[in-house]
Amino acid sequence: MKRWRARRGAPALAAITWLYVLWSILPVLVAMRVSFNDGKSRSSFQSMSMRWYWGDPNASLLHDDSLHTAMFNTLQLAGLTMLIATPLGVAMAIGLHRWRGRASTGANGLMLVPIVTPEIVFGVALFLVFSQLYTGVPDGLTRQLLGHVTFTLSFVVVIVRSRLAAIGGQFEEAARDLGATRLQAIRLILLPMLTPAIFASTMVVFATSVDDFVISSFLSTGASTETVPIKIYAASRAGSTPATNALATVMMVATLVAVGLAALALRAMNRRRGATDDGGLAGLTT
Amino acid sequence: MAIALGRHERRTNRFWSAFALPGVGWLVAFFVVSVYAVAAVAFGSINPLLRTAEPEWNPLQWDTTAFTDMLDRVVNGSLRQVFLRTFAFVGMALAGCIAIGYPVAYYVARKAPAKRRGLLLGLLVLPFWISYLMRMLAWTNLLQPDGLVNRVLRWANLMDEPRVWLDGSWTTVVWGLTYGYVPFFILPLYSTLERIDGRLIEAGRDLGASARQTFMRVTLPLSVPGLMAASVVTILPMFGDYYTNSYLTSGSPKVTMVGNQVEDYLRGSGQPNRGAALVLILMAVLVVLMVYYLVTTLRQQRQAER
Repeated sequence: MKRWRARRGAPALAAITWLYVLWSILPVLVAMRVSFNDGKSRSSFQSMSMRWYWGDPNASLLHDDSLHTAMFNTLQLAGLTMLIATPLGVAMAIGLHRWRGRASTGANGLMLVPIVTPEIVFGVALFLVFSQLYTGVPDGLTRQLLGHVTFTLSFVVVIVRSRLAAIGGQFEEAARDLGATRLQAIRLILLPMLTPAIFASTMVVFATSVDDFVISSFLSTGASTETVPIKIYAASRAGSTPATNALATVMMVATLVAVGLAALALRAMNRRRGATDDGGLAGLTT
Repeated sequence: MAIALGRHERRTNRFWSAFALPGVGWLVAFFVVSVYAVAAVAFGSINPLLRTAEPEWNPLQWDTTAFTDMLDRVVNGSLRQVFLRTFAFVGMALAGCIAIGYPVAYYVARKAPAKRRGLLLGLLVLPFWISYLMRMLAWTNLLQPDGLVNRVLRWANLMDEPRVWLDGSWTTVVWGLTYGYVPFFILPLYSTLERIDGRLIEAGRDLGASARQTFMRVTLPLSVPGLMAASVVTILPMFGDYYTNSYLTSGSPKVTMVGNQVEDYLRGSGQPNRGAALVLILMAVLVVLMVYYLVTTLRQQRQAER
Protein backbone atom coordinates (compact mmCIF):
# COMPACT_ATOMS: atom_id res chain seq x y z
CA MET A 1 0.00 0.00 0.00
CA LYS A 2 2.81 2.35 0.86
CA ARG A 3 4.48 1.59 -2.43
CA TRP A 4 1.29 2.22 -4.37
CA ARG A 5 0.91 5.63 -2.82
CA ALA A 6 4.51 6.61 -3.40
CA ARG A 7 4.26 5.66 -7.03
CA ARG A 8 1.05 7.57 -7.57
CA GLY A 9 1.99 10.85 -5.96
CA ALA A 10 5.53 11.03 -7.11
CA PRO A 11 6.02 11.81 -10.85
CA ALA A 12 5.10 15.49 -10.79
CA LEU A 13 7.04 16.09 -7.59
CA ALA A 14 10.00 14.13 -8.90
CA ALA A 15 10.00 16.26 -12.04
CA ILE A 16 9.91 19.48 -10.02
CA THR A 17 12.72 18.26 -7.80
CA TRP A 18 15.02 17.23 -10.64
CA LEU A 19 14.28 20.46 -12.50
CA TYR A 20 15.21 22.35 -9.35
CA VAL A 21 18.45 20.41 -9.05
CA LEU A 22 19.28 21.24 -12.67
CA TRP A 23 18.39 24.89 -12.17
CA SER A 24 20.55 25.11 -9.06
CA ILE A 25 23.62 23.61 -10.71
CA LEU A 26 23.53 24.42 -14.44
CA PRO A 27 24.27 28.16 -14.09
CA VAL A 28 27.37 27.34 -12.07
CA LEU A 29 28.52 24.88 -14.72
CA VAL A 30 27.99 27.57 -17.36
CA ALA A 31 30.11 30.00 -15.33
CA MET A 32 32.82 27.36 -15.09
CA ARG A 33 32.70 26.78 -18.85
CA VAL A 34 33.02 30.54 -19.46
CA SER A 35 36.28 30.53 -17.50
CA PHE A 36 37.79 28.41 -20.28
CA ASN A 37 36.83 30.88 -22.99
CA ASP A 38 39.49 31.82 -25.46
CA GLY A 39 38.17 35.38 -25.79
CA LYS A 40 36.82 38.01 -23.44
CA SER A 41 33.17 37.09 -23.68
CA ARG A 42 31.41 36.33 -20.42
CA SER A 43 28.13 35.47 -22.05
CA SER A 44 28.86 32.95 -24.79
CA PHE A 45 30.97 29.88 -25.22
CA GLN A 46 34.14 30.42 -27.18
CA SER A 47 36.79 27.86 -28.01
CA MET A 48 38.43 26.27 -25.01
CA SER A 49 41.69 27.65 -23.70
CA MET A 50 43.57 28.12 -20.47
CA ARG A 51 44.06 31.78 -21.24
CA TRP A 52 42.40 33.06 -18.08
CA TYR A 53 44.14 30.50 -15.89
CA TRP A 54 47.72 30.97 -17.04
CA GLY A 55 47.87 31.84 -20.74
CA ASP A 56 47.26 35.57 -20.55
CA PRO A 57 50.45 37.40 -19.55
CA ASN A 58 48.59 40.11 -17.57
CA ALA A 59 45.04 39.25 -16.65
CA SER A 60 45.25 35.52 -15.99
CA LEU A 61 44.97 33.96 -12.57
CA LEU A 62 48.67 33.09 -12.65
CA HIS A 63 49.86 36.54 -13.63
CA ASP A 64 47.44 38.96 -11.96
CA ASP A 65 48.89 39.60 -8.52
CA SER A 66 45.68 41.00 -7.08
CA LEU A 67 43.96 37.68 -7.81
CA HIS A 68 46.65 35.66 -5.99
CA THR A 69 46.49 38.05 -3.08
CA ALA A 70 42.72 37.56 -2.91
CA MET A 71 43.05 33.78 -2.97
CA PHE A 72 45.82 33.75 -0.41
CA ASN A 73 43.89 36.14 1.88
CA THR A 74 40.73 34.07 1.64
CA LEU A 75 42.45 30.80 2.50
CA GLN A 76 44.53 32.32 5.26
CA LEU A 77 41.48 33.94 6.79
CA ALA A 78 39.44 30.75 6.60
CA GLY A 79 42.26 28.63 8.02
CA LEU A 80 42.90 30.92 10.97
CA THR A 81 39.18 31.33 11.63
CA MET A 82 38.89 27.54 11.79
CA LEU A 83 41.80 27.30 14.23
CA ILE A 84 40.29 29.83 16.64
CA ALA A 85 36.54 29.30 16.29
CA THR A 86 36.61 25.50 16.61
CA PRO A 87 38.27 25.07 20.04
CA LEU A 88 36.44 28.10 21.39
CA GLY A 89 33.12 26.76 20.12
CA VAL A 90 33.67 23.18 21.27
CA ALA A 91 34.53 24.30 24.81
CA MET A 92 31.53 26.61 24.81
CA ALA A 93 29.22 23.83 23.64
CA ILE A 94 30.44 21.46 26.38
CA GLY A 95 30.12 24.19 28.99
CA LEU A 96 26.65 25.35 27.93
CA HIS A 97 25.44 21.77 27.74
CA ARG A 98 26.19 21.05 31.40
CA TRP A 99 26.08 24.42 33.06
CA ARG A 100 22.73 24.98 34.78
CA GLY A 101 20.96 28.08 36.00
CA ARG A 102 19.79 31.43 34.81
CA ALA A 103 23.19 32.71 33.71
CA SER A 104 23.53 29.64 31.52
CA THR A 105 20.19 30.31 29.82
CA GLY A 106 21.33 33.86 29.17
CA ALA A 107 24.66 32.72 27.73
CA ASN A 108 22.83 30.22 25.57
CA GLY A 109 20.48 32.86 24.22
CA LEU A 110 23.41 35.18 23.55
CA MET A 111 25.13 32.41 21.61
CA LEU A 112 22.10 32.03 19.32
CA VAL A 113 21.65 35.72 18.51
CA PRO A 114 24.54 35.97 15.98
CA ILE A 115 22.90 33.22 13.91
CA VAL A 116 19.80 35.33 13.32
CA THR A 117 21.59 38.64 12.95
CA PRO A 118 21.55 39.83 9.33
CA GLU A 119 25.06 40.13 7.97
CA ILE A 120 24.75 43.82 7.29
CA VAL A 121 24.11 44.45 11.00
CA PHE A 122 27.16 42.33 11.78
CA GLY A 123 29.28 44.14 9.23
CA VAL A 124 28.26 47.62 10.36
CA ALA A 125 28.62 46.75 14.04
CA LEU A 126 32.13 45.35 13.61
CA PHE A 127 33.12 48.19 11.31
CA LEU A 128 32.01 50.78 13.89
CA VAL A 129 33.43 49.05 16.94
CA PHE A 130 36.86 48.69 15.36
CA SER A 131 36.91 52.22 14.01
CA GLN A 132 35.58 53.82 17.20
CA LEU A 133 36.54 51.67 20.18
CA TYR A 134 39.05 48.91 19.46
CA THR A 135 41.20 51.25 17.43
CA GLY A 136 44.37 49.55 18.66
CA VAL A 137 43.56 46.35 16.78
CA PRO A 138 45.61 46.36 13.56
CA ASP A 139 43.30 46.91 10.61
CA GLY A 140 42.89 44.53 7.72
CA LEU A 141 43.44 40.82 8.29
CA THR A 142 43.38 40.91 12.11
CA ARG A 143 40.03 42.66 12.20
CA GLN A 144 38.63 40.44 9.48
CA LEU A 145 39.77 37.41 11.47
CA LEU A 146 38.17 38.60 14.70
CA GLY A 147 34.99 39.33 12.75
CA HIS A 148 34.90 35.92 11.08
CA VAL A 149 35.45 34.12 14.38
CA THR A 150 32.60 36.07 15.96
CA PHE A 151 30.38 35.28 13.00
CA THR A 152 31.13 31.53 12.85
CA LEU A 153 31.53 30.66 16.55
CA SER A 154 27.83 29.98 17.08
CA PHE A 155 27.70 27.48 14.22
CA VAL A 156 30.31 25.35 15.96
CA VAL A 157 28.42 25.52 19.25
CA VAL A 158 25.10 24.54 17.67
CA ILE A 159 26.54 21.59 15.73
CA VAL A 160 28.54 20.24 18.68
CA ARG A 161 25.67 20.74 21.11
CA SER A 162 23.23 18.73 19.06
CA ARG A 163 25.76 15.88 19.04
CA LEU A 164 26.23 16.22 22.81
CA ALA A 165 22.49 15.90 23.31
CA ALA A 166 22.50 12.74 21.21
CA ILE A 167 25.42 11.17 23.12
CA GLY A 168 23.90 11.67 26.55
CA GLY A 169 25.78 11.55 29.83
CA GLN A 170 26.12 7.82 30.49
CA PHE A 171 29.55 7.28 28.92
CA GLU A 172 31.15 10.04 30.92
CA GLU A 173 29.44 8.81 34.08
CA ALA A 174 30.83 5.36 33.47
CA ALA A 175 34.32 6.79 33.08
CA ARG A 176 33.89 8.79 36.27
CA ASP A 177 32.71 5.72 38.16
CA LEU A 178 35.82 3.95 36.99
CA GLY A 179 37.96 6.65 38.52
CA ALA A 180 38.57 9.14 35.73
CA THR A 181 38.65 12.80 36.68
CA ARG A 182 36.20 15.13 34.98
CA LEU A 183 38.88 16.42 32.63
CA GLN A 184 40.05 12.89 31.84
CA ALA A 185 36.49 11.86 31.08
CA ILE A 186 36.19 14.75 28.65
CA ARG A 187 39.52 14.09 27.02
CA LEU A 188 39.29 10.31 26.80
CA ILE A 189 35.57 9.76 26.30
CA LEU A 190 33.73 12.87 25.22
CA LEU A 191 36.15 14.42 22.73
CA PRO A 192 36.66 11.21 20.71
CA MET A 193 32.90 10.77 20.53
CA LEU A 194 32.52 14.37 19.41
CA THR A 195 35.14 14.10 16.65
CA PRO A 196 32.66 13.76 13.77
CA ALA A 197 30.73 16.82 14.95
CA ILE A 198 33.93 18.81 15.47
CA PHE A 199 35.08 17.82 12.01
CA ALA A 200 31.77 18.80 10.47
CA SER A 201 31.77 22.14 12.23
CA THR A 202 35.29 23.00 11.04
CA MET A 203 34.09 22.40 7.50
CA VAL A 204 31.09 24.67 8.05
CA VAL A 205 33.36 27.34 9.52
CA PHE A 206 35.74 27.05 6.59
CA ALA A 207 32.99 27.29 3.98
CA THR A 208 31.27 30.17 5.78
CA SER A 209 34.49 32.13 6.03
CA VAL A 210 35.45 31.50 2.39
CA ASP A 211 31.94 32.54 1.33
CA ASP A 212 31.68 35.66 3.46
CA PHE A 213 31.50 38.92 1.59
CA VAL A 214 29.86 41.45 3.90
CA ILE A 215 32.12 41.29 6.95
CA SER A 216 35.33 40.94 4.93
CA SER A 217 34.30 43.87 2.82
CA PHE A 218 33.34 46.17 5.71
CA LEU A 219 36.68 45.42 7.40
CA SER A 220 38.80 45.51 4.26
CA THR A 221 41.23 48.38 3.89
CA GLY A 222 42.02 48.11 0.21
CA ALA A 223 43.72 45.88 -2.33
CA SER A 224 45.97 44.06 0.15
CA THR A 225 43.03 42.83 2.25
CA GLU A 226 40.66 41.85 -0.54
CA THR A 227 39.22 38.35 -0.54
CA VAL A 228 37.83 36.26 -3.38
CA PRO A 229 34.18 37.27 -2.81
CA ILE A 230 35.25 40.94 -2.80
CA LYS A 231 37.02 40.37 -6.11
CA ILE A 232 34.01 38.65 -7.63
CA TYR A 233 31.77 41.45 -6.41
CA ALA A 234 34.03 44.14 -7.84
CA ALA A 235 33.95 42.38 -11.20
CA SER A 236 30.39 43.53 -11.84
CA ARG A 237 31.44 47.15 -12.11
CA ALA A 238 34.73 47.23 -13.93
CA GLY A 239 34.91 45.74 -17.42
CA SER A 240 35.72 42.29 -16.18
CA THR A 241 37.03 39.23 -17.97
CA PRO A 242 36.56 35.47 -17.62
CA ALA A 243 39.50 35.62 -15.19
CA THR A 244 36.87 36.32 -12.52
CA ASN A 245 35.17 33.08 -13.51
CA ALA A 246 38.50 31.29 -13.35
CA LEU A 247 39.08 32.66 -9.85
CA ALA A 248 35.61 31.60 -8.71
CA THR A 249 36.04 28.18 -10.32
CA VAL A 250 39.36 27.51 -8.60
CA MET A 251 37.97 28.52 -5.21
CA MET A 252 34.86 26.44 -5.71
CA VAL A 253 36.80 23.34 -6.74
CA ALA A 254 39.17 23.81 -3.81
CA THR A 255 36.26 24.09 -1.35
CA LEU A 256 34.43 21.10 -2.80
CA VAL A 257 37.58 18.97 -2.75
CA ALA A 258 38.27 19.96 0.87
CA VAL A 259 34.70 19.21 1.92
CA GLY A 260 34.66 15.96 -0.05
CA LEU A 261 37.92 14.75 1.51
CA ALA A 262 36.64 15.71 4.94
CA ALA A 263 33.44 13.74 4.33
CA LEU A 264 35.45 10.68 3.25
CA ALA A 265 37.77 10.97 6.24
CA LEU A 266 34.76 11.27 8.49
CA ARG A 267 33.21 8.15 7.05
CA ALA A 268 36.45 6.19 7.43
CA MET A 269 36.81 7.45 10.97
CA ASN A 270 33.27 6.43 11.86
CA ARG A 271 33.72 2.97 10.38
CA ARG A 272 36.95 2.37 12.24
CA ARG A 273 35.58 3.74 15.47
CA GLY A 274 32.41 1.71 15.12
CA ALA A 275 34.62 -1.30 15.90
CA THR A 276 36.75 0.24 18.63
CA ASP A 277 33.71 1.77 20.28
CA ASP A 278 32.35 -1.69 20.88
CA GLY A 279 35.69 -2.82 22.17
CA GLY A 280 35.78 0.11 24.53
CA LEU A 281 32.28 -0.60 25.78
CA ALA A 282 33.08 -4.27 26.28
CA GLY A 283 36.08 -3.19 28.28
CA LEU A 284 33.92 -0.99 30.48
CA THR A 285 31.34 -3.64 31.25
CA THR A 286 33.71 -6.42 32.22
CA MET B 1 15.99 25.16 40.71
CA ALA B 2 19.10 27.15 41.45
CA ILE B 3 18.22 27.43 45.13
CA ALA B 4 18.31 23.68 45.65
CA LEU B 5 21.91 23.36 44.50
CA GLY B 6 24.18 21.87 47.13
CA ARG B 7 27.83 22.75 47.54
CA HIS B 8 28.98 19.92 45.33
CA GLU B 9 26.58 20.87 42.55
CA ARG B 10 27.64 24.44 42.79
CA ARG B 11 31.25 23.45 42.34
CA THR B 12 30.39 21.26 39.34
CA ASN B 13 28.38 24.10 37.91
CA ARG B 14 31.36 26.40 38.22
CA PHE B 15 33.52 23.80 36.52
CA TRP B 16 31.19 23.66 33.50
CA SER B 17 30.68 27.38 33.30
CA ALA B 18 34.46 27.76 33.02
CA PHE B 19 34.28 25.94 29.69
CA ALA B 20 31.68 28.32 28.33
CA LEU B 21 33.35 31.44 29.63
CA PRO B 22 35.96 32.12 26.90
CA GLY B 23 33.28 31.86 24.21
CA VAL B 24 30.87 34.01 26.17
CA GLY B 25 33.60 36.57 26.74
CA TRP B 26 34.39 36.61 23.04
CA LEU B 27 30.76 37.17 22.11
CA VAL B 28 30.39 39.94 24.66
CA ALA B 29 33.54 41.71 23.48
CA PHE B 30 32.95 41.42 19.77
CA PHE B 31 29.22 41.03 19.38
CA VAL B 32 27.42 42.75 22.26
CA VAL B 33 29.86 45.64 22.45
CA SER B 34 29.78 45.97 18.65
CA VAL B 35 26.01 46.25 18.59
CA TYR B 36 26.24 48.76 21.42
CA ALA B 37 28.71 50.71 19.31
CA VAL B 38 26.03 50.97 16.63
CA ALA B 39 23.73 52.60 19.19
CA ALA B 40 26.52 54.85 20.44
CA VAL B 41 27.17 56.08 16.91
CA ALA B 42 23.48 56.45 16.08
CA PHE B 43 22.90 58.55 19.19
CA GLY B 44 26.22 60.36 18.95
CA SER B 45 27.28 63.20 16.73
CA ILE B 46 29.29 63.82 13.60
CA ASN B 47 32.54 65.65 13.36
CA PRO B 48 31.55 68.52 11.03
CA LEU B 49 34.94 68.72 9.34
CA LEU B 50 36.02 65.12 8.94
CA ARG B 51 32.51 63.66 8.57
CA THR B 52 33.52 60.92 10.99
CA ALA B 53 31.37 59.57 13.80
CA GLU B 54 31.77 60.83 17.33
CA PRO B 55 30.04 58.15 19.35
CA GLU B 56 28.37 58.89 22.65
CA TRP B 57 28.98 55.94 24.97
CA ASN B 58 26.95 57.28 27.87
CA PRO B 59 23.26 56.55 27.28
CA LEU B 60 22.27 59.44 29.54
CA GLN B 61 23.69 61.88 27.03
CA TRP B 62 22.34 60.33 23.92
CA ASP B 63 21.28 62.73 21.20
CA THR B 64 18.26 61.35 19.37
CA THR B 65 18.11 63.91 16.56
CA ALA B 66 19.63 61.70 13.86
CA PHE B 67 17.56 58.74 14.96
CA THR B 68 14.21 60.55 14.96
CA ASP B 69 15.15 62.16 11.67
CA MET B 70 15.76 58.75 10.14
CA LEU B 71 12.59 57.38 11.67
CA ASP B 72 10.68 60.25 10.11
CA ARG B 73 12.24 59.56 6.73
CA VAL B 74 11.31 55.91 7.00
CA VAL B 75 7.72 56.63 7.99
CA ASN B 76 6.96 59.63 5.80
CA GLY B 77 9.89 60.57 3.70
CA SER B 78 12.36 59.41 1.12
CA LEU B 79 13.17 56.09 2.77
CA ARG B 80 9.60 54.88 2.89
CA GLN B 81 9.78 53.69 -0.65
CA VAL B 82 13.07 51.90 0.04
CA PHE B 83 11.52 50.04 2.94
CA LEU B 84 8.37 49.17 0.99
CA ARG B 85 10.50 47.96 -1.90
CA THR B 86 12.58 45.81 0.45
CA PHE B 87 9.39 44.30 1.89
CA ALA B 88 8.08 43.64 -1.61
CA PHE B 89 11.30 42.04 -2.87
CA VAL B 90 11.68 39.88 0.23
CA GLY B 91 8.00 38.91 0.11
CA MET B 92 8.15 37.89 -3.53
CA ALA B 93 11.41 36.02 -3.09
CA LEU B 94 9.93 34.22 -0.07
CA ALA B 95 6.90 33.25 -2.15
CA GLY B 96 9.30 31.89 -4.77
CA CYS B 97 11.21 29.95 -2.09
CA ILE B 98 7.98 28.38 -0.81
CA ALA B 99 6.71 27.54 -4.29
CA ILE B 100 9.98 25.85 -5.25
CA GLY B 101 11.20 24.71 -1.86
CA TYR B 102 8.11 23.02 -0.47
CA PRO B 103 7.58 20.49 -3.27
CA VAL B 104 11.30 19.75 -3.39
CA ALA B 105 11.66 19.27 0.36
CA TYR B 106 8.45 17.24 0.46
CA TYR B 107 9.53 14.97 -2.37
CA VAL B 108 13.00 14.29 -0.98
CA ALA B 109 11.76 13.81 2.59
CA ARG B 110 8.69 11.66 1.97
CA LYS B 111 8.31 10.51 -1.60
CA ALA B 112 11.72 9.88 -3.10
CA PRO B 113 12.75 6.23 -3.45
CA ALA B 114 15.04 5.36 -0.55
CA LYS B 115 17.95 4.53 -2.82
CA ARG B 116 17.90 7.99 -4.39
CA ARG B 117 17.46 9.96 -1.19
CA GLY B 118 21.16 10.16 -0.33
CA LEU B 119 22.05 11.45 -3.78
CA LEU B 120 19.24 14.00 -3.76
CA LEU B 121 20.16 15.22 -0.32
CA GLY B 122 23.74 15.65 -1.47
CA LEU B 123 22.55 17.70 -4.44
CA LEU B 124 20.35 19.86 -2.19
CA VAL B 125 23.32 20.59 0.08
CA LEU B 126 25.72 21.23 -2.80
CA PRO B 127 24.87 24.95 -3.21
CA PHE B 128 25.93 25.49 0.43
CA TRP B 129 29.49 24.70 -0.48
CA ILE B 130 29.47 26.95 -3.54
CA SER B 131 30.19 30.58 -2.85
CA TYR B 132 27.07 32.75 -2.96
CA LEU B 133 28.73 35.32 -5.18
CA MET B 134 29.92 32.58 -7.54
CA ARG B 135 26.26 31.62 -7.95
CA MET B 136 25.36 35.25 -8.63
CA LEU B 137 28.30 35.62 -11.02
CA ALA B 138 26.81 32.71 -12.94
CA TRP B 139 23.60 34.67 -13.46
CA THR B 140 25.40 37.82 -14.55
CA ASN B 141 26.92 35.65 -17.30
CA LEU B 142 23.59 34.09 -18.26
CA LEU B 143 21.62 37.34 -18.24
CA GLN B 144 23.93 39.40 -20.48
CA PRO B 145 22.13 40.90 -23.52
CA ASP B 146 23.70 38.19 -25.70
CA GLY B 147 23.63 35.61 -22.92
CA LEU B 148 22.05 32.20 -22.86
CA VAL B 149 18.77 33.29 -21.26
CA ASN B 150 17.98 35.72 -24.05
CA ARG B 151 19.11 33.25 -26.69
CA VAL B 152 16.92 30.48 -25.32
CA LEU B 153 13.93 32.79 -25.01
CA ARG B 154 14.32 34.00 -28.57
CA TRP B 155 14.88 30.53 -29.89
CA ALA B 156 11.64 29.46 -28.20
CA ASN B 157 9.93 32.49 -29.76
CA LEU B 158 8.94 33.84 -26.37
CA MET B 159 10.56 37.17 -27.12
CA ASP B 160 11.34 39.23 -30.21
CA GLU B 161 13.96 41.67 -28.97
CA PRO B 162 16.77 40.67 -26.62
CA ARG B 163 15.83 41.91 -23.19
CA VAL B 164 18.17 43.87 -20.95
CA TRP B 165 18.08 42.07 -17.62
CA LEU B 166 20.93 43.61 -15.69
CA ASP B 167 20.14 47.33 -15.74
CA GLY B 168 17.89 47.48 -12.70
CA SER B 169 14.88 45.32 -13.40
CA TRP B 170 13.13 44.14 -10.26
CA THR B 171 12.34 40.75 -11.75
CA THR B 172 16.07 40.06 -11.93
CA VAL B 173 16.51 41.01 -8.28
CA VAL B 174 13.65 38.81 -7.08
CA TRP B 175 14.94 36.01 -9.30
CA GLY B 176 18.43 36.38 -7.87
CA LEU B 177 17.22 36.46 -4.27
CA THR B 178 15.07 33.38 -4.82
CA TYR B 179 17.93 31.53 -6.48
CA GLY B 180 20.35 32.58 -3.79
CA TYR B 181 18.27 31.72 -0.73
CA VAL B 182 16.15 28.74 -1.74
CA PRO B 183 18.79 26.20 -0.58
CA PHE B 184 18.66 27.74 2.89
CA PHE B 185 14.88 27.44 2.82
CA ILE B 186 14.77 23.80 1.77
CA LEU B 187 16.95 22.23 4.46
CA PRO B 188 15.08 23.23 7.65
CA LEU B 189 11.80 22.35 5.94
CA TYR B 190 13.23 19.01 4.83
CA SER B 191 14.27 18.07 8.33
CA THR B 192 10.79 18.82 9.71
CA LEU B 193 9.01 16.94 6.93
CA GLU B 194 11.34 14.01 7.34
CA ARG B 195 10.61 13.72 11.04
CA ILE B 196 6.82 13.59 10.65
CA ASP B 197 5.62 10.25 11.98
CA GLY B 198 4.53 8.20 8.96
CA ARG B 199 1.90 6.44 11.06
CA LEU B 200 -0.07 9.67 11.33
CA ILE B 201 -0.27 9.92 7.55
CA GLU B 202 -1.23 6.26 7.27
CA ALA B 203 -3.91 6.78 9.90
CA GLY B 204 -5.36 9.62 7.84
CA ARG B 205 -5.52 7.35 4.80
CA ASP B 206 -6.91 4.41 6.75
CA LEU B 207 -9.67 6.58 8.14
CA GLY B 208 -10.83 7.29 4.62
CA ALA B 209 -9.23 10.61 3.72
CA SER B 210 -7.98 10.97 0.16
CA ALA B 211 -4.29 11.52 -0.44
CA ARG B 212 -5.01 15.19 -0.96
CA GLN B 213 -7.11 15.52 2.20
CA THR B 214 -4.45 13.71 4.19
CA PHE B 215 -1.84 16.12 2.93
CA MET B 216 -3.99 19.16 3.69
CA ARG B 217 -5.09 17.99 7.13
CA VAL B 218 -2.12 16.03 8.42
CA THR B 219 1.14 16.63 6.60
CA LEU B 220 0.77 20.33 5.91
CA PRO B 221 -0.23 21.33 9.47
CA LEU B 222 2.55 19.18 10.90
CA SER B 223 5.07 20.90 8.62
CA VAL B 224 4.14 24.42 9.74
CA PRO B 225 6.97 24.69 12.30
CA GLY B 226 9.47 23.79 9.58
CA LEU B 227 7.84 26.24 7.20
CA MET B 228 8.15 28.98 9.81
CA ALA B 229 11.78 28.16 10.62
CA ALA B 230 12.68 28.03 6.93
CA SER B 231 10.95 31.37 6.31
CA VAL B 232 12.69 33.05 9.23
CA VAL B 233 16.15 31.87 8.24
CA THR B 234 15.64 33.17 4.71
CA ILE B 235 13.81 36.42 5.49
CA LEU B 236 16.40 37.66 7.98
CA PRO B 237 19.45 37.58 5.68
CA MET B 238 17.40 38.74 2.68
CA PHE B 239 16.35 41.85 4.56
CA GLY B 240 19.95 42.86 5.11
CA ASP B 241 21.10 41.80 1.67
CA TYR B 242 22.61 44.62 -0.36
CA TYR B 243 24.95 42.74 -2.66
CA THR B 244 22.52 40.58 -4.62
CA ASN B 245 20.53 43.48 -6.01
CA SER B 246 23.49 45.72 -6.55
CA TYR B 247 25.53 42.94 -8.17
CA LEU B 248 22.73 41.98 -10.55
CA THR B 249 21.88 45.54 -11.53
CA SER B 250 25.29 47.26 -11.44
CA GLY B 251 24.07 49.26 -8.46
CA SER B 252 20.99 50.69 -10.11
CA PRO B 253 19.10 53.11 -7.80
CA LYS B 254 15.82 51.71 -9.14
CA VAL B 255 16.20 48.64 -6.94
CA THR B 256 17.82 50.15 -3.82
CA MET B 257 17.04 48.15 -0.70
CA VAL B 258 17.53 49.06 2.97
CA GLY B 259 20.95 47.43 3.02
CA ASN B 260 22.20 49.58 0.13
CA GLN B 261 21.06 52.68 1.93
CA VAL B 262 22.93 51.63 5.09
CA GLU B 263 26.07 50.88 3.14
CA ASP B 264 25.86 54.21 1.34
CA TYR B 265 25.48 56.21 4.56
CA LEU B 266 28.43 54.45 6.14
CA ARG B 267 30.87 54.15 3.32
CA GLY B 268 29.66 56.33 0.49
CA SER B 269 28.41 59.60 1.83
CA GLY B 270 30.03 59.78 5.27
CA GLN B 271 26.94 59.90 7.45
CA PRO B 272 27.76 57.12 9.89
CA ASN B 273 25.21 58.25 12.51
CA ARG B 274 22.41 57.99 9.95
CA GLY B 275 23.64 54.60 8.80
CA ALA B 276 23.81 53.37 12.38
CA ALA B 277 20.32 54.72 13.11
CA LEU B 278 19.00 52.90 10.05
CA VAL B 279 20.60 49.67 11.27
CA LEU B 280 18.79 50.09 14.60
CA ILE B 281 15.50 50.65 12.77
CA LEU B 282 16.15 47.57 10.63
CA MET B 283 16.80 45.52 13.76
CA ALA B 284 13.61 46.82 15.35
CA VAL B 285 11.66 45.70 12.28
CA LEU B 286 13.22 42.23 12.40
CA VAL B 287 13.21 41.72 16.15
CA VAL B 288 9.95 39.75 16.18
CA LEU B 289 11.37 37.20 13.77
CA MET B 290 14.65 37.02 15.66
CA VAL B 291 12.88 36.43 18.96
CA TYR B 292 10.63 33.81 17.37
CA TYR B 293 13.70 31.92 16.20
CA LEU B 294 15.43 32.19 19.59
CA VAL B 295 12.41 31.02 21.56
CA THR B 296 11.65 28.02 19.36
CA THR B 297 15.31 26.99 19.21
CA LEU B 298 15.73 27.20 22.98
CA ARG B 299 12.56 25.16 23.46
CA GLN B 300 13.77 22.47 21.05
CA GLN B 301 17.14 22.33 22.77
CA ARG B 302 15.49 21.81 26.12
CA GLN B 303 13.34 19.02 24.71
CA ALA B 304 16.32 17.35 23.05
CA GLU B 305 18.28 17.35 26.27
CA ARG B 306 15.51 16.12 28.50
